[in-house]
Amino acid sequence: MNEYTMPILFGVIIGTLARILMLRTDYRQYPTYLHGKVIHVSLGFIAASLGSVAIPAIMELEFTAVTFLTVAATQFREVRNMERNTLTEVDSFELVPRGKTYIEGIAISFESRNYLVIFTSFITTLTFIIFNVYVALFAAICSVTVSMILMSGKTMKNIVQIDHHPLHFKGAGLYVDNIYIMNIGLPERQEEILKYGLGFVLTPNNINTITTIANLGQRQAILHDVSVTLGVFRDSGTPALTPLIKRDLDDGRIGIFILPQIRDVNKAIKVIGSVPILESAIRMPSESTFTRKT
Amino acid sequence: MEIEKAILAVITTNSSIVEGGAPIFICETRKEAEDISANLEAITDGIAHELSEELFIIVKH
Repeated sequence: MNEYTMPILFGVIIGTLARILMLRTDYRQYPTYLHGKVIHVSLGFIAASLGSVAIPAIMELEFTAVTFLTVAATQFREVRNMERNTLTEVDSFELVPRGKTYIEGIAISFESRNYLVIFTSFITTLTFIIFNVYVALFAAICSVTVSMILMSGKTMKNIVQIDHHPLHFKGAGLYVDNIYIMNIGLPERQEEILKYGLGFVLTPNNINTITTIANLGQRQAILHDVSVTLGVFRDSGTPALTPLIKRDLDDGRIGIFILPQIRDVNKAIKVIGSVPILESAIRMPSESTFTRKT
Repeated sequence: MEIEKAILAVITTNSSIVEGGAPIFICETRKEAEDISANLEAITDGIAHELSEELFIIVKH
C-alpha cells in the first residue's frame, strides 16, 4: 500500500461502475448476450485502470507513462472493429436487418463509451489525490452525469412530425398517404397487408432534417427498431411482406409501411419517435457557407 | 455490376402480349393466373407484381 493505492482503486471502481451503467439492455436489444456483457465490462475495467494510473504516473514525473494511453486508443478502436464485425455477421440473419449505418453507430458508441470511462476514472483519481474521497465521490457523480448526457443523442421525435395514415391500394400499387411504396400483385397479399400493415408519414421540420431522414441507413434503423419492439409479420421467403420506407420526392416526407405484430398506433408512434438519429446520417446543409449567403 | 433484380416468371391470360426469355405461364382465367402467381411467389421467394389486368410477373428482389 502506498499513497496512490486508494485513489487508483477508487478510480477503477468508479470507472467500471460507469461502464456498467452505460451498458444498458434496451429496446435496441443489444447487448443482450451475457458474454457480450462480460467482454464490455472487462474492457471497461481496463479503461478505468488506464484512466486511474495516468495521474499517479504524472505525479511521479513519469511522463512517458502517458504514452500508453495511445495503446488504449488503439485497443478501443479494436473494440469498434469487433462490434462492427459481430453485428455485420449477425445482421444477415435478422428478419429486418439493422443496416450498415446503424451498426456503425452502435460500434462508434461502444468505442466512445470506453473513452468516457477513462475520463471518469481520470477525474475521480485526480480529485481524490488533490482533495479527498468526498470531493472525489462528488466529481465521480458529476462526470458520470456528463457521460450520460454526452452518450444520449437526439431521437426522431426531435426532428420530425409523425402522423398515422391508413394504407390503401390504387390498383396494385400500395400507398401511404400519397407516397408510393410498392406493387403487390396478388389480392390475398393485398388483404394481408391491409389487415396487418400500418402506415406512417414523417414530415421533416427543416431543410437539415430532409436530408437526414432521406438517408437509407437512417430509414433502415427505423424499420429495424420498430420490428424489434413491436414484432414483425413476416418470415424468410415472403419478400412481399417486407416493411419499407419510401420518400416523397416533392417535399422530402417519408412514408413508412410496417407490419407489426402489436398493432397499436400510439405505441408505434412512440417507437418511431425514439429511434436514435444516427451520427453518420446527420447532414447540415443550413450550416454551409453557400446556403447562408443566399 | 451485379444484377439485383430479375424477372423469374411471367403469368398471363393473354398470350399475345408477352414474348421473350423468362418462363411464361399462360392461363385461362384471372383466378388461375392469381393462383399460379401465388404458388410461384412462394416457390421462388419472389414477389408477384401486377402489371395489368392480364399480366403478372414474379420478381426476385
